[in-house]
Amino acid sequence: MGLKAILQQKKKAIVKDWIDLVIDTYPGDSSKFMKSKGDRFANPVGSTISQGLDALFDGLLNGDSREKMMDMLDPVVRIRAVQDFAPSQAVFFIIYLKKLIREKLKKETKKDKIADELAELEFKIDELSLLGFDVYMGCKETLFSIKANQEKTKIYKAFKRAGLVTEVEEIGPEPGELNI
Amino acid sequence: MSDLPDADEFIKIDHSTPSTGWMDTPAKIRPGMYCYASNYRSVEALGLPNARRWNPLDDDWQIPDNWQQIFLEGLQERLDKFRSLKIFMDICVRCGACADKCHYFIGTGDPKNMPVLRAELLRSVYRNDFTTAGKIFGKLAGARPLTLEVLKEIWYYLFQCSMCRRCSVFCPYGIDTAEITLLGRELMNLLGLNIDWIATPIANCYQTGNHLGIQPHAFKDMLDFFVEDIEEITGVNCEPQYNKKGADILFLTPSGDVFADPGTYTAMGYLILFQFLKEKYGLDVTWSTYASEGGNFGFFTSHEVMKRLNAKMYAEAKRLGVKWILGGECGHMWRVIHQYMDTMNGPADFMEVPVNPVTGTVFENASSTKLVHIAEFTADLIKNNKLDLDPSRNDNLSVTFHDSCNPSRGMGMLDEPRYVIQNVCNNFYDMPPSTIRENTFCCGSGAGLNAGEDMELRMAGGLPRANAVKHVHEKHGVNMLACICAVDRAALPDLMDYWVPGVDVIGLHELVGNAIVLPGEQERTMDLRMEPLPGMEDEADE
Repeated sequence: MGLKAILQQKKKAIVKDWIDLVIDTYPGDSSKFMKSKGDRFANPVGSTISQGLDALFDGLLNGDSREKMMDMLDPVVRIRAVQDFAPSQAVFFIIYLKKLIREKLKKETKKDKIADELAELEFKIDELSLLGFDVYMGCKETLFSIKANQEKTKIYKAFKRAGLVTEVEEIGPEPGELNI
Repeated sequence: MSDLPDADEFIKIDHSTPSTGWMDTPAKIRPGMYCYASNYRSVEALGLPNARRWNPLDDDWQIPDNWQQIFLEGLQERLDKFRSLKIFMDICVRCGACADKCHYFIGTGDPKNMPVLRAELLRSVYRNDFTTAGKIFGKLAGARPLTLEVLKEIWYYLFQCSMCRRCSVFCPYGIDTAEITLLGRELMNLLGLNIDWIATPIANCYQTGNHLGIQPHAFKDMLDFFVEDIEEITGVNCEPQYNKKGADILFLTPSGDVFADPGTYTAMGYLILFQFLKEKYGLDVTWSTYASEGGNFGFFTSHEVMKRLNAKMYAEAKRLGVKWILGGECGHMWRVIHQYMDTMNGPADFMEVPVNPVTGTVFENASSTKLVHIAEFTADLIKNNKLDLDPSRNDNLSVTFHDSCNPSRGMGMLDEPRYVIQNVCNNFYDMPPSTIRENTFCCGSGAGLNAGEDMELRMAGGLPRANAVKHVHEKHGVNMLACICAVDRAALPDLMDYWVPGVDVIGLHELVGNAIVLPGEQERTMDLRMEPLPGMEDEADE
């Protein structure tokens, strides 16, 4: 059996551990709630993490495109980017998948057959974790630009109210008329 | 391999619950989660205690030496004055029904944002100093002394509550956490611990008449701009009346509608509606440049400040001698009117029970406060077939409706805005039932938290709302989020930018303004944002 088939077989156990790993980064009472409910509207954090990691795992095995993988990473990372986590803590879970896979594949890794495939998969996970960094920075940049735009609008409006802004006249002299 | 350090040591993810209980785990005040401290000038202008410069990140908050005495005496006074507070302090059995209903808890994952625990922060102090069990058994009875760390923790989490009251919908005892937050914030204000996004607007409102400190002439200037724009779009002059003594109706709306996009387009909608009613039915409405604020940030500060700001609206109604007041699209303005006005400054007996002069409908629900919500007013006009509407002008919009916490949970305004939307546009999709009407999720920025510096808090708190919008955006192609609250109109665009790009925000009466066919209007090619109307893309370019 190749690595993909083994991982598909053990998917349920690996993904469960992966989801628990992320949800356990929240304090006890909160993680209990996030694990308990499936309703995506009552429990958006828990359900986004569960669905997101499940899809990411499939994506890795299916060799989904970079764009698709980023789309799947986005909802999970977007949430963690506004919560109380350092950047490394926000995206740590991606690279930790390597550890979880090795734990679940203890027997199989001893066989040489899948060693090469596993190294390849682990490299892909490394790449995925770099994509996670891109997504995280994208989220933070959106936050910063929302803040910056707010300040800009505030200042512009204050100037405008004070009568200090002159709109550019719509009809000016034709370029040819200017004696440059 | 084994002598290499384990990767865990670098990232330091703590997978375990803190070894200390919540009482002994002090809050860490994190940038992005709190609002800047009140400006001392604003605190001074209101005559509130302890005006000085201070910073929540500093160790020393520069509060009086006898701060514990001030706080505890303040608590005693409020326990005596408000039986509700006494009951809310005693009655909670910590069943946890509220725990997972708070948008800040759901979004941040911070257990101290569970309404039960947030209230417990104050309740533990109450037990320690006001109950026999607490005095004797201390921590065993859930009591703890009021230390500086405890004070800071209470402050931090009181300003992570938007007083939306979703938790109280689920509380079997009906404990109103918003009341606890309001009274908790009152206690904080005794020590000068307000935030500036509240303190400066209330000072402005108290001195100048609105949160932004806009003087009467500038207020009129802004409305003049709208009149010019409407004339360009419709060919009709919608010049309103100002400060008219003897007018039938005084119109009050939050100043955000006059000064902040996209609320400005909502204000244009009001002007179009009033012009239509004036032309067709002789409606006599006046705006006031003095009572130029419907909102009341006093509600986020103390009962006393709330009362002061509310009083000016009624003083202006009295001065002008109007029959009744029509109120614009605002959130907490309606909570103050509906829940507090009567016992603060009411009943407003100098006015008449509001009657819609166009339809003859008597607004008995407003018979004491004399203040009618514009969504109700417009719904009544539509129901009686008094408006000429062309909903196809909103055909480029696929609309969903965000129930603002205060009009929905605070006063039961659930169907009127939906009825209006369904009559002025053709594509309307509600969000899932558990996220709307009395179960609505807060925008995440209410109760004075709509600042720029607490953006992480706002985005995390707004996640449950945004998550439901995302659902209808993906399922039905919704591209417009309608609301009837000025704070929503200011807060939701940011929330959508972060969580659901592609969805914009609109006030109810902007939709109405687009759809109304004014007597004598030119063929419209643009909507109120001066964007081409559906099918008019070529004409609008010319």
